[in-house]
Amino acid sequence: MLAYWRRIKIENEMLYLFLNNRVAQVAAVIAILSVFGALFAPIIAPTDPYDLASFDILDSFLPPAWVDQGDPRFLIGTDDQGRDLLSSIMYGTRLSLLVGLSSVAFAAVLGTSLGLAAGYIGGRFDAAVMRIADVQLSLPAILTALLVDGVARGILPREQHEDLLLVVLTVAIGLSLWVNFARTARASTFVERNKEYVQAAEIMGLHPVRIMAVAILPNILGPLMVIGTIDLAVAILLEATLSFLGVGVPPNQPSLGTLIRIGTEYIFSGEWWIVIFPSMTLIIMIVSVNILGDFFRTVLNPRLR
Amino acid sequence: MAGFIIRRLIQSVFVMLAVSLLAFALFRFVGDPVAVMVGQETSIEDQDRLREQLGLNDPVITQYTRFVANLVRGEFGFSFRTRQPIGEMILQRMPATLELGFVSLMISLFVGIPAGIYTALRNDGVLANSILIVTLIGVSIPTFVIGIFLIYIFGVQLGWLPTFGRGDVVEIGWWKTNFLTLGGLRALILPALTLGVYQLTLTMRLVRSEMQDVMNTDFIKFAIARGIDYRTVHYRHALRNSMVPVVTIIGLQFGGIIAFSIVTESVFQWPGMGLLFLDSIRYVDIPVMSVYLVIIALIFVVINLVVDILYFVIDPRVRLKPEGG
Repeated sequence: MLAYWRRIKIENEMLYLFLNNRVAQVAAVIAILSVFGALFAPIIAPTDPYDLASFDILDSFLPPAWVDQGDPRFLIGTDDQGRDLLSSIMYGTRLSLLVGLSSVAFAAVLGTSLGLAAGYIGGRFDAAVMRIADVQLSLPAILTALLVDGVARGILPREQHEDLLLVVLTVAIGLSLWVNFARTARASTFVERNKEYVQAAEIMGLHPVRIMAVAILPNILGPLMVIGTIDLAVAILLEATLSFLGVGVPPNQPSLGTLIRIGTEYIFSGEWWIVIFPSMTLIIMIVSVNILGDFFRTVLNPRLR
Repeated sequence: MAGFIIRRLIQSVFVMLAVSLLAFALFRFVGDPVAVMVGQETSIEDQDRLREQLGLNDPVITQYTRFVANLVRGEFGFSFRTRQPIGEMILQRMPATLELGFVSLMISLFVGIPAGIYTALRNDGVLANSILIVTLIGVSIPTFVIGIFLIYIFGVQLGWLPTFGRGDVVEIGWWKTNFLTLGGLRALILPALTLGVYQLTLTMRLVRSEMQDVMNTDFIKFAIARGIDYRTVHYRHALRNSMVPVVTIIGLQFGGIIAFSIVTESVFQWPGMGLLFLDSIRYVDIPVMSVYLVIIALIFVVINLVVDILYFVIDPRVRLKPEGG
């Protein structure tokens, strides 16, 4: 009951602080708009960039509509194939967000359950998990993601790899992010483990899994939420980087990173819009997620206020 | 002290063993080494003979031991793709990455630390706030986008700097260096900036928050109350105490720089280890991948070890806790 009231209070406080923080509000609006644009891309996008019949190679390299030679049909221009850039960006954002969210979810579930169990059970299990985390930490995220992708290429036959690319990508990014969740969950569990409500639950004879999931988990969600938000930005960034390096999403379904990679081939010949607009979209999206993460962190950690 | 170092050493050896196990598994079980090495016409018997020769029929434990022994002796095997010895390939590429990383680290430290101190002391100034906003954006811009923007501005629009490759290099033994020619230095500017900006923002934010924490402690308040002038308080008392975590971060940053150089090298076609690794992933060149993995992990582990020992030397609090490690 106490924990319940504490949560309500924090929620109110969060709302209060949110209403007094312009920057966070703008960031939230941008984040919601990106999610909206991504979710409804098939409905609101002018054309379907995956549909080969919907674009014409004759329309390729058209600059944005407000520039000379711009075509009013294509608000921010077209790419090398004649695809409408605005539609490509909407679909690309959709893919970036999808991969970002699912890999954070994967990392959160994996990391939190390992960390929670390590903190609650302790002993050898704890030591083992923490050693694995050490090894993981000695490999930077981008390297882990690249390695997982490389291994998947080696193991899976070529056609299957193409089909499973998104799954591979999600696992690759998720595996490089779980340590943060595990460490935080473990540290918070250590604190919670000795509290009276956990002891009460133990005396009542509840199953350890139930104690962890129902009693402890809700009380350690705060810091995990902060990590989730910050890691979402990291995941979107990683996905874009991998796609940019050409080891990410399938080429016929361009994500923002793929669009940027295609765009870089044309900056020397002056077609700046192909690279600038996807880059700006990516940056604005990551900045707003980072600002929201910063906001959550400040709200949940009174020392920073 | 000795006990602490030995404990950390054992831990490092453990991490390296785990990574080498990973690398071995990668090498041994991802794809069939024999199938990759021989052509399609090779008969089954010949393949089996090769398998026997390479020791692939031995128990896995024996194979792993041999793998580790070879790594320790510096025999890394051959690339599937180019048939060259991997050790040579990596050694050839290493100077490019190390020089790029070194310059980026210098940018990150010599700009990041002063900026961090400034923003910590001037909490509400216009300049401090704008620096903070710029760094928040800096954290959020992917490395490759920074690189592309720099190429567009300084390479395409202004035409001031080269955007491709290492430029002129001078060979000193096997080490090819960029530092001795103007062309080499010019080629280094854009990649190093690209790689340095992100690290710079990290350094700055860390120095700022550490410095702010120290400024809030009682001994600083007391020093100010005693009437010691602000300059002494800031630079003698506060700065010295906020530098301890910065040492850690410098170490970790170098690791991060080596990792992120993969991206930067790809943008600028900088012929370093990162580019080699990317190619090995693209062409599923497993031996190169696994050796690269081991070498990067080794660099990380050594850096972490050095940082921990430094920490131990600098910060007496770590020494006083027997379990601190």
